[in-house]
Amino acid sequence: MLAKIHVTLKDGVLDTQGKAVHHALNDLGYQEVKGVNLGKYVEVQLDGLSPAEAEERVREMCQNLLANPVIESYRFTLDSQE
Amino acid sequence: MKCGIVVFPGSNCDRDSFHILKEILGLETEWIWHKENSLKKFDLVVLPGGFSYGDYLRPGAISKFSPIMKSIIKYAENGGKLLGICNGFQILVECGLLPGVLMRNISHAFICDTVPVRLENDQTPFTSSSSKGTVLKLPIAHADGRYFADEDTIKELNDNDQIVLRYCDSSGTVSDENNPNGSVTNIAGIVNKAKTVCGMMPHPERQADPLWPNIDGQVIFKSLIQST
Repeated sequence: MLAKIHVTLKDGVLDTQGKAVHHALNDLGYQEVKGVNLGKYVEVQLDGLSPAEAEERVREMCQNLLANPVIESYRFTLDSQE
Repeated sequence: MKCGIVVFPGSNCDRDSFHILKEILGLETEWIWHKENSLKKFDLVVLPGGFSYGDYLRPGAISKFSPIMKSIIKYAENGGKLLGICNGFQILVECGLLPGVLMRNISHAFICDTVPVRLENDQTPFTSSSSKGTVLKLPIAHADGRYFADEDTIKELNDNDQIVLRYCDSSGTVSDENNPNGSVTNIAGIVNKAKTVCGMMPHPERQADPLWPNIDGQVIFKSLIQST
């Protein structure tokens, strides 16, 4: 099973990197860009877990290490790999 | 007074701290390797600056799970004095011994400079040898030093007198113009409620050897000696 995890800054937390990329895109002529959020993408390969167990374990991993709950939120999907 | 300095893979200010504590101030000082599981009896433990675990994921995120950290958290919870400098501060907020978080500098630049900071509270073991309002000139060297916490946390820090250092100008005025990294209300250093755990982005250990004309950093270590 493959957990695909996105970690992004919570609303209201200044995303300086997103802002810099936003300005750079505008400077390149992409005037339609109205906002950029920068985050992290993490893939975690899992073995021997049922989908329900995986869901719980991945949530724990996010809480304990992959995200800092003070400023970041996370979301993930679980893909069963053939 | 017995001091311990934790060495993580990627610590790079551990020797500076050791030099000041042992050779300049003559204190009994030992290294603490991050893989150790138990902590001897210390009067002060220092989490030094550097890039522990390469700052992977987030600065301090992986260091907080080093084997020694369990004992250090216990030591701090029992009132042991713990000083986190720069990366050490980042580790302290990651492991929850101090509130808030240290984010990428607002400029995105790595800042290496010597800046004035105002001492905001002289009633802590880390600052008692000086007085409130004193301006110290201390080096900073970081990319992730922008202190951030939500409004409630900042209010709590203010109400409990937990802010110990703020970036300012040379006369002690705190303003946006004198905020090198964009920290909320210019915060450069804080303590926990019990005032026994302190984290700061400036490097007092780099400004404490009398070979330099400026030894402002000694204030922190002399306070610790006084209070032990």
